[in-house]
Amino acid sequence: MADHTTTTTAGGASAAAAGLDIAKPRKQWQVVLRRFFRHKAAIVGMIVFGLLVLFAVLGPMLWKYDASELNLGRYQPPSADHPFGTGQIGDDLFAKVLSGTGFSMQIALVAAVINTAVGVVLGALAGYYRSWVDSAVSRLTDLVLVIPTFLVAAVLSRSTFSTAELEQGGGSSNWLQVAIILGLTNWMITARTVRGMVLSLREKEFVEAARALGGGPGRVIFKHILPNTMDVVIVNATISMAQAVLLESALSFVGLGVKYPDTSLGLLISENQNELLVHPWLFYFPFIFIVLISLSVNFIGDGLRDAFDPRQKRVRA
Amino acid sequence: MFRYIVRRILITIPLLIVGSFLVFALVQGMGDPLGEWKLQKPREPDEIALAYERIGYNDPFLERYVNWVGGFVQGDWGTTIIPGSGVKDVQDEVFHGLWTTFRLVIGAEILALLIGMAVGVIGAVRQYSIFDYTATGVAFALFSMPVFCIGLILKSAAIPFNNFLESIGMDRWITTAGPPPGGFSGSFGHQITQYIGTFLLPTLALLAIQFALYSRFQRASMLDVLGQDYVRTAQAKGLSSGRVIFRHAFRNGLIPVLTVFAVNFGSVMGGAVITETVFNWSGMGRLLIRSIYEKEVFMVLGVVMVTAVIVVIANLIADILYARLDPRIRLG
Repeated sequence: MADHTTTTTAGGASAAAAGLDIAKPRKQWQVVLRRFFRHKAAIVGMIVFGLLVLFAVLGPMLWKYDASELNLGRYQPPSADHPFGTGQIGDDLFAKVLSGTGFSMQIALVAAVINTAVGVVLGALAGYYRSWVDSAVSRLTDLVLVIPTFLVAAVLSRSTFSTAELEQGGGSSNWLQVAIILGLTNWMITARTVRGMVLSLREKEFVEAARALGGGPGRVIFKHILPNTMDVVIVNATISMAQAVLLESALSFVGLGVKYPDTSLGLLISENQNELLVHPWLFYFPFIFIVLISLSVNFIGDGLRDAFDPRQKRVRA
Repeated sequence: MFRYIVRRILITIPLLIVGSFLVFALVQGMGDPLGEWKLQKPREPDEIALAYERIGYNDPFLERYVNWVGGFVQGDWGTTIIPGSGVKDVQDEVFHGLWTTFRLVIGAEILALLIGMAVGVIGAVRQYSIFDYTATGVAFALFSMPVFCIGLILKSAAIPFNNFLESIGMDRWITTAGPPPGGFSGSFGHQITQYIGTFLLPTLALLAIQFALYSRFQRASMLDVLGQDYVRTAQAKGLSSGRVIFRHAFRNGLIPVLTVFAVNFGSVMGGAVITETVFNWSGMGRLLIRSIYEKEVFMVLGVVMVTAVIVVIANLIADILYARLDPRIRLG
């Protein structure tokens, strides 16, 4: 795909040479972008995601309350002063959701980057070298599947809290740690997909040509093979980002996720789960934001998948 | 085939050994398993020494691991480590949890598969119809919700419903405390009502997520098959569209979904952690979480080993199924 930088057809070229009025051939990425921008759900997803990023980045600077402010009046339902209401300790939920959205997105982004990097490298190695490298990667995959994520999270969350810190009444920031745990435990699908693609790509003529011209394994893998898997990798990366948002909330729910002083949407929901009937806004506002993040990212992923799919014919290529 | 199965099973033995060793080390890394217990009330030094002795904590790390492996392969999976009257046998607990999870999961998984298949096929046959858009939208929405939120919302909806039943003079029907330990009692009709009241919410919660997964898979694989030449040939020779869809396309479109089902079922059997926690079912998932919190090393190991074996078997079944259904695939 990426090695065909233009989609010039013989017909198009000769027609242009004959001076006929015909559309210019488009570059591959232009084709993909055009298809993507025709995908309504994906565009909505992009816009919502963009707004959420702005919300999380600019919101805390502009909003009058801070997430750590207390005693603003307990359990006030949503009003003009507190659009999302206030919680048990008189904290402004809007400020908390602003900060939680930021943390949730950060975690998801870091987790998705790690997932993708590990998955691509291991998948490429397994597919390119086959034999024992392939077996080793597949055994490693099995191993990561066997060891429960919750256990890893539990072990690490204990080790970061030194007794001294606990005595001072607080822990250190741990969102990065949660992101890394999620990143290192969810690369398997990407690895398997990339491996499958590399297995077939390594037999193609252009790879043989690259090797014949003296390209070493690193060059062949990174310059020639991997660019051709980028479509699938990008789609997988978006999906794994949506999943990381949800997984983080699951970890928070069982008490193994983000901890004070950090926060996340998952933590907000878990903290407020018993308020669902009496003070429903405390549950539903963070919930809506989680769904918005995850849904918008999923829509973007779906749009990208369709846009990259060469069989997709609804838009002229 | 037989050789293939034997080989697949044999290569999982090193996996189980390395996996259990890492789990053992991880739980060890969480610190003193009796720390909580010692803090509960003043303990005699003898009592403490005895407690450590009983779980073999005085032996070197490696020796303890080897002892556990030795016991495990002979069917002695150890007991919980907190001394006293609450000591439980790991094997009993794990199999009890497995049975609870199985009862919870089996109905939801099969329903999700059937509904997901039906919706996926219709969505593919009528691609870009209102039905397709609606089904896609619902699946995406369900995909994008944290599982525990679906559970919590269902639970919150059940309370007013129960209150309503009570106000018109009926029993509170929907329960969220898992199956009663002694089994269901009363008349047959009463048992049926109790059964449904107990299973309804967790089944719906599991169904919601799994349905989204299966319907998307079925739709994608069905679209793939419908676009292939042999389907066009079947249409071209004048077969009715129902015959083409069900006899020709559906059979092949089924293959990926069934293998996904096998793999997925295996992993869910290892514990639907969140659903079990929300609805208080003492299945594998909750057992795992609780044991991790209590640093119950043998219990964690028991759960992990049983889960790993189930996942391995499920994957094996998926691969065999794939090869059976699709003659182009050769196992080797």
